[in-house]
Amino acid sequence: MKQTTFTIAQNSPLAEGIYRLHLQGDTTAITAPGQFVNLKLEGFYLRRPISVCDWADGELTLLYKVLGRGTEAMTRLPAGTRLDVLTGLGNGYDMTLSGDRPLLVGGGVGIPPLYGLAKRLRAQGKAVQAVLGFNSASDLFLLEDFRALQIEPVVTTADGSAGLRGLVTDGMAAAGPYSYLYTCGPEAMLRAVWQHCGTSGQFSFEERMGCGFGACMGCSCRTKYGTKRICKDGPVLQKEEILW
Amino acid sequence: MVNTAVTLCGIRLDNPIIPASGTFGYGYEFAQLYDINMLGTFSFKGTTRQPRFGNPTPRIAEYAGGLLNAVGLQNPGADAVIAEELPRLRQVFHKPVMANVSGFSVEEYAETCALLAAQEQVGWLEVNISCPNVHGGGAAFGADPKAAAEVTRAVRAVTDKPLILKLSPTAADIAAVARACQDAGADGVSLINTLPGMRIDLKRRAPLLANGTGGMSGPAMLPLAVRMVYQVYQAVEIPIVGMGGVSRAEDVLELMLAGATAVGVGAANLVEPYACRNIIETLPDVMLRYGIHDLNDIIGGAHHG
Repeated sequence: MKQTTFTIAQNSPLAEGIYRLHLQGDTTAITAPGQFVNLKLEGFYLRRPISVCDWADGELTLLYKVLGRGTEAMTRLPAGTRLDVLTGLGNGYDMTLSGDRPLLVGGGVGIPPLYGLAKRLRAQGKAVQAVLGFNSASDLFLLEDFRALQIEPVVTTADGSAGLRGLVTDGMAAAGPYSYLYTCGPEAMLRAVWQHCGTSGQFSFEERMGCGFGACMGCSCRTKYGTKRICKDGPVLQKEEILW
Repeated sequence: MVNTAVTLCGIRLDNPIIPASGTFGYGYEFAQLYDINMLGTFSFKGTTRQPRFGNPTPRIAEYAGGLLNAVGLQNPGADAVIAEELPRLRQVFHKPVMANVSGFSVEEYAETCALLAAQEQVGWLEVNISCPNVHGGGAAFGADPKAAAEVTRAVRAVTDKPLILKLSPTAADIAAVARACQDAGADGVSLINTLPGMRIDLKRRAPLLANGTGGMSGPAMLPLAVRMVYQVYQAVEIPIVGMGGVSRAEDVLELMLAGATAVGVGAANLVEPYACRNIIETLPDVMLRYGIHDLNDIIGGAHHG
C-alpha cells in the first residue's frame, strides 16, 4: 500500500451512470489486476474504494458507478483536481493459474477489473474469453476495449435489449470450453457463477469497508480457511475456499 | 525543546499518543507503513477468551462527522493472541503494549485478563466495559457503577499490572462509574468508547448496518469526549486516557487540558493511515504555538480558575 496524490486528467461519462476516471500519479504500488484504490473525497469522512480498471507507469484508469452521494460528488470533479489516494490495496487476481483458455465473467460495475486482467492475460498470449452481463443496452461499456484486445465478449442483458437475454450464466453456456475462471460482480451473480463454474477459479467480492487496508475488521467474511478481510486478504477469493 | 513524555500508571510514554483499540489491529498492518515505536503505545484489538467472528456485514456506515461500526469484537481469542499475534508484534514493536480485553461475564474478564497480564509485552490492561456492539456483555457492565466496580475488583484480583477501565458515553453518570472503578482498585480510566447510533438505507427502508445499531466515532465525538473527560477529571484522582474524535495535535492538547494524561486516536487511523505519526510529528510545534514546553504542565489545565 502507498499513500500518494493523483491528478485527474479526465472524468467523463461512459454509459448510463458509469464514469471513467483517468488519473496521473505514482502507480508503483499496484502489482496485480483486481486490486483497488481508496480515494479521499472532500466532504466525506470515509474513503471510497474503487477497483483498478487499468494502469501503466504514471497512469491509472478507474471506472465507477454512481450509487450514492460520494460517487455522485465524484462526477463533478474537474480535470486537474488532486486526490489523496491509497493505492495497491488488496490481493488482486493470480494470473499464474489461468491455463491457456481462461474465461472472464463480469457483471455491471464488476467488469472494469476484468479488463485489466484480460489485457495482461492477452499479453501472455492466453486465449481469453469474456462473458459480460448488463441490465440493458443503455448500460453497455468497455466492449470496444475488449475487442481491441481481440476478445469478442459474449454480452448478456437482463432485458434482452442487447446480446443474449438473460444472466451471465446463460452467457457462460454460450462460451467455449475454458481452463480457468475469473469473475467479479454482485454477490448473487458470483454465487450463480460459482454453481455453474466447471473449473477452479477466482471470485472478487465487494463489501462496505472502513479502512481498506486491514485495520478495522469492517469487511470480514467467513471462508473454509478461517475469517478473511475482503480488503486485505481479498477482494479475490479462490473458488474452493468460498462459503455462501 | 519541548517535553512530550508523560507517565501513565507508572509507565513512561515518550508521547501521549495511543492508537485506540479496534482501529490498529495488533499493530502489524501499521508497522508496514511506519515505525510504530514512535507511538506512546497502542491498545490492541479487543480480545475475548474465545475467538469471535463478530457481527454480520455490513458493519460499517458513514455520517457527516465520522463513521459507525458494528464489528462486534471480532478477534482470534486470547490463546491465539498470545501464541501468534504477540510474537509477531514483538518483531516490530519494542515498547509495552496496552491489552484491550472484553468479556461477557465477570469470570471471563478475569480469566482473559490473567492470561494477557502474564505476557511480558503487556504493559497495561484496558478493560472494555463499554462495547456497544455486543449483547449481554460489554456496555452492560459500563452503564452502572456497581457492575463496573464488580468487573474492576475481579480483574484487580488477578493482576498487579496497571488496570484501566474503558468507559461508555452512554452511562447515566460517567463520573460516578469512573469513581466506582477507582474505588474498586482501577489504576486509570479511558473514555469515551463509541456512542450507539443508526443509519437507515432509504432504498431498502431498513437499517444500513446488519446489526441495526453501530458505535459512532470520528471528529463529531470530540466535544462529547472533552466534556466527559473534564467531568471525570473532577471526580477521580487516577489518570485518564482521553479519546473521541481526535485527528490532530490541537485535539490532543484540548483533551489534556480537560484532564487526560494520555490520548487515544481511533477513527482517524482508518481514513488517514499515518494519522498518529502526523500528530506526533506536529505536536512539538503546536505545543510551542500555545506556549507549552512540557505536556505535564497542561494536564487538567482547563480546570484552573
